[in-house]
Amino acid sequence: MDITGFISKHRKLLLAGFLVLILIAIATLPLYGRTYDVRLMISILAYVAMAISWAMFSGVTGYMSLAPAAFLGVGIYAVALLQRELPFPVIIVIGGLMAFGLAILVGLVTLRLKGIYFAIFTFGLVVLMARVIEYLEAMLFNLHSRHILSVGTANSLYMMLGLAVVTVLSVYFIKRSRYGLALLSIGGNEEAAAHMGVNTTRVKVLLFAVSAIFMGAAGAIMAPTLIYINPGNAFGLVYSFMPILMAVFGGMGQLYGPVIGAVAFGYIEEWLRKELGGSFMLAFGIILILVIVFLPNGIVGLVPMVRSKLGWVIQKLRKGGQAEQHANA
Amino acid sequence: MSGIERVLELILYGILSGGVYGLLAMGLSLQYGVCRVLNITHGEFVMLGAMLTFTISSTFNINPLLTAAIVGPLLFAIGFLLQATLFRGLKARTPSPPVFEGSALLVAFGLMYIIQYAAVMNWSAQQQPSVYLSYRVLFLGMNIPLNELVAFAIAVALGVAVYLFLARSRLGRAIRATAEDPATASLMGVNTNMVLALCFGLGALLAGVAGTLVSIKVQARTGIGFSNTVIALIVVTLGGLGSVPGSFVAGILIGIVSQLVIGLWEPILAMPVYYVILMVLLLVRPAGLLGKK
Amino acid sequence: MRMLEGQGVTKYFGGLAAVSNVDFHIDQGEIAGLIGPNGAGKTTLFNLISGAFPISSGEIRFKGQKLNNLKPHQICKMGVSRTFQETKVFANMAVIQNVLVGAFFGTPTSVSGAEAAREASQVLEFVGLSAMSAVPVKDLTLVNQKRVEVARALATKPELLLLDELMAGLNSTEVSEAMELVNKIRDSGITIFMVEHVMKAIMGICERIMVFHHGEKIAEGTCNEISCNKTVIDIYLGEETNAGS
Repeated sequence: MDITGFISKHRKLLLAGFLVLILIAIATLPLYGRTYDVRLMISILAYVAMAISWAMFSGVTGYMSLAPAAFLGVGIYAVALLQRELPFPVIIVIGGLMAFGLAILVGLVTLRLKGIYFAIFTFGLVVLMARVIEYLEAMLFNLHSRHILSVGTANSLYMMLGLAVVTVLSVYFIKRSRYGLALLSIGGNEEAAAHMGVNTTRVKVLLFAVSAIFMGAAGAIMAPTLIYINPGNAFGLVYSFMPILMAVFGGMGQLYGPVIGAVAFGYIEEWLRKELGGSFMLAFGIILILVIVFLPNGIVGLVPMVRSKLGWVIQKLRKGGQAEQHANA
Repeated sequence: MSGIERVLELILYGILSGGVYGLLAMGLSLQYGVCRVLNITHGEFVMLGAMLTFTISSTFNINPLLTAAIVGPLLFAIGFLLQATLFRGLKARTPSPPVFEGSALLVAFGLMYIIQYAAVMNWSAQQQPSVYLSYRVLFLGMNIPLNELVAFAIAVALGVAVYLFLARSRLGRAIRATAEDPATASLMGVNTNMVLALCFGLGALLAGVAGTLVSIKVQARTGIGFSNTVIALIVVTLGGLGSVPGSFVAGILIGIVSQLVIGLWEPILAMPVYYVILMVLLLVRPAGLLGKK
Repeated sequence: MRMLEGQGVTKYFGGLAAVSNVDFHIDQGEIAGLIGPNGAGKTTLFNLISGAFPISSGEIRFKGQKLNNLKPHQICKMGVSRTFQETKVFANMAVIQNVLVGAFFGTPTSVSGAEAAREASQVLEFVGLSAMSAVPVKDLTLVNQKRVEVARALATKPELLLLDELMAGLNSTEVSEAMELVNKIRDSGITIFMVEHVMKAIMGICERIMVFHHGEKIAEGTCNEISCNKTVIDIYLGEETNAGS
């Protein structure tokens, strides 16, 4: 049996094996990589979790949330406040739950209404949270910044890897569940969905809040790697922009789309930051616009085209090989 | 100065600064109401207006208020082109209006970073000494900086002009028709593409002039965009999307609230207070104070 | 008890009354039709029944229960389902997924995944779409998209089905097939209330017809009574092009 036949027959097994290899490679990174590489990987894995959870809600329903950075920041501050009181894994859960709570509040206020109100509210949410926390920190604790205890870079990597895996699996199962179906129907035609019995407000609020959990948890896991935090660096609108760019670029039609985007732009960001300094954001703004206008389905949208071209090429190679065999016979 | 006097002074300042907020919101309202683009870069246009005002007036030594005659049309052109090329192209490629609105929002998000960083590269992040007419005059028994009064007067004058234009002129009627039902308006002979581009340009012009007015009161910086966008969004929602008088009423209300919070409580809490107002509004009457239900 | 009852039903949009002081009723097991010129308020009435718009004044009762302030999803679970004038299918989803939405969420009590799947395939077979269950709906012809809408509505296990201009855009053969389907639905125990312009369908299957004009009910009766009613004929002189299509 030739190579291409072998590959197509055992596709699923090979894919699973490939994924396991990648997970092992990432998990063992502390052993063979520099600290810089490990920190970069932690950042990329955080983006994976955020991009996928953003796409799960906003990509499907079309209700654009600009709030991921707010949920991330909530998780970071959960650690800042509780790091000496509770074991770290518990704080991660609490960070996720606090983000969940904030999202429920935002959702209950805005998701009964048209999508534009949701966008308006979530746009300023990041800076709002920063201001509120700045005030409370100064007023209640007389603090302007906080020092976060390290838990070890390797441990942060393992936890973030775990979160990324948990996020991917959770979103996978949610999409396959009836709630995923409800979400799709809302994105398809919200009025019709409501008429078929879907309690659209409840579904939207719930799933928006669930997506926030992963972002809050990512913030909590991220916090020890930041060492010093203040409302300014914990709540940055750029942490809303990047997951959106990654999800849109990678493509929201498939689960792995945002993963591709997160990995690609995680590395591109590091590279461009060194080359261009702060102005790399300008390039990303341009890329986002180009992708939205010219490649609305993202990289994932190109896959069918690539697949058919690849299939054509493989066919030609096969025919060429067979022709040779006949010629030599 | 007694407590009452202080409060009255803050309220007056609030009304005056609210005029500029109303101008801001009016531009955004036009862009969303007609073009269906929630332009979250609106504040960046204000910033551009402010920075350009400073640059032009200091380079050519002209009165900053006069530079509005250049800044306005320049930003109009930018807005016009953005709608005519980018958003129109996007509309042609999106299958439905809700999808377009979502995509346009994200495009505006990208645009925000482009404008912000282009500005920083051009002007650096420092403050520019652009304040003008800051000496105080006696008004209603209080000493108010002249620039506040001038800014308010110009903002209101522009607001009235735009309102009359929309309500009375033929082009204004065409604009309102396009906002309500673009398909029908088109069938009735309106060049909707031109109307959309004009409205977006007009919105940008209003933002730019607002920037001029802001720059004579406060030092111009490249970072002022975001907070102006947030204020514009909240004022537009409070006043009712699509209502010009609503924008000004809401602008003045927010202006008053803003001054009271900054003067009597804590400047950093201004935005949280706006958000509480916004939340209450969305729970009780999302259409806004003067919006249609 | 009547299946559906309306008293003094009125709906204002701004200053304009789209529906004005309408009394109507639908009896269990019948196929009732609603006709009238464009803009007469027919779809608005449907929207009031299904909960898409709030009613301005008056009352609508389904099996004795007031529908006035209920949301569409609640009314659906009570047993009222509908199709839409401009087909509102979930275009990017497969046929079976469209129907599953109705099967999962349209019933008052929760159903299991297996039950929903069973119901969905039964309904697809009922409307004749079993062969296309995996096809994305946007790739279907108009008549099949309408079948999907009907299947989706049926999956919610309604007692009353509102059909809004089901025949619009269908050719003569397709209209006959649709008429058969509507009869089949009624024979399975579902009451039907349909808005139509296509006279062949109205006259062919409706037992009772209401006529709307400028938001008011101006006539009601059997097919014969309506087709002999002078007021109705006057109104429809301009609508002759739709008859017999």
